[in-house]
Amino acid sequence: MSNNGKKEFVSGIKDSVPIALGYLSVSFGFGIMAVSSGLPLFQAVLISMTCLTSAGQVAGLTVITTGGTLLEMAIAQFIINLRYSLMSISLSQKLDGSFGLKDRLISSFGMTDEIFAVASGRSREVSKHYLYGLIVMPYIAWALGTLLGAAAGEILPDMLKAALGIAIYGMFTAIFVPAARKAVGVLAVVLLAAGLSCVIKYVPLFKGVSSGFSIIICTVAAALFGALVFPAKKEEESAQ
Amino acid sequence: MRFYLLLAVMAGVTYLVRMVPFAAFRKKISSAFVQSFLYYVPYAVLGAMTVPAVFYSTGSAVSSAVGFVCCLVPAFMGKSLIAVALTASGAAFAAEGIMALIK
Repeated sequence: MSNNGKKEFVSGIKDSVPIALGYLSVSFGFGIMAVSSGLPLFQAVLISMTCLTSAGQVAGLTVITTGGTLLEMAIAQFIINLRYSLMSISLSQKLDGSFGLKDRLISSFGMTDEIFAVASGRSREVSKHYLYGLIVMPYIAWALGTLLGAAAGEILPDMLKAALGIAIYGMFTAIFVPAARKAVGVLAVVLLAAGLSCVIKYVPLFKGVSSGFSIIICTVAAALFGALVFPAKKEEESAQ
Repeated sequence: MRFYLLLAVMAGVTYLVRMVPFAAFRKKISSAFVQSFLYYVPYAVLGAMTVPAVFYSTGSAVSSAVGFVCCLVPAFMGKSLIAVALTASGAAFAAEGIMALIK
């Protein structure tokens, strides 16, 4: 690694510290959730090491533990993680000349909401060393937090486990509430998605709809509604 | 075995969705409608996944409702992910404790 490469890598590491701390606590909640829904510790960690996505993993866990099909899993992951495509397209415009195909193949694995946000918020172009530096700690933290949560899930008292089980939903809330506060379109989309999700869960007519498909249906319907009624403005896209 | 098949699909799809545009895409999506749709997707996902599931997350509707409502406050104030998540957990824990005392 060249001198400049090292500097870029270190700069990426520094910028990633808050992301890594956040991931540690959130994946702790995922670990607990996975173990309490019946997965062995090893499988919980394996999910985190191969997927690196909070919403996708919670939905995937639902599909796994409720006996969903492979097709259901594929569609659910595709829809839920579709936003990464948008981020990948967006960030691909900001890369400097150091990126070969190999680097794109490797670093795209680490495209998460937070890593994207920090990388695209950078004033300069993004080099490969910087992006690798940005990814490495959050990745380790995500796996480690899952491991600790899954292990703790087996020994923690029920009351504490119950309280930590809600943590991941707290993180979700921390993402959508401020956005809904700023844009009425987001507020409408979140409320519509939540409402539809309740309808599918509680109206007997939809009893046959599995949880995985419920998320897909609600997401597509609510996002279509948002795109039709509240077309997003340019500033909102870049803020994502 | 079934787990590993599901995991392979889960990890494979998640990776492809990230990798394909990053490796291939050099132009911006021009359709404003597609852009809007993609912009709203994460919020729709989070809304659908949080409600009503959050009310089952602690095993007690009361403590999970307390946790959820309490974490809306720091979320509204724009606090960090950890702060909001810990508020939810702390409030749910306190509610569980109080319920245990009353019983």
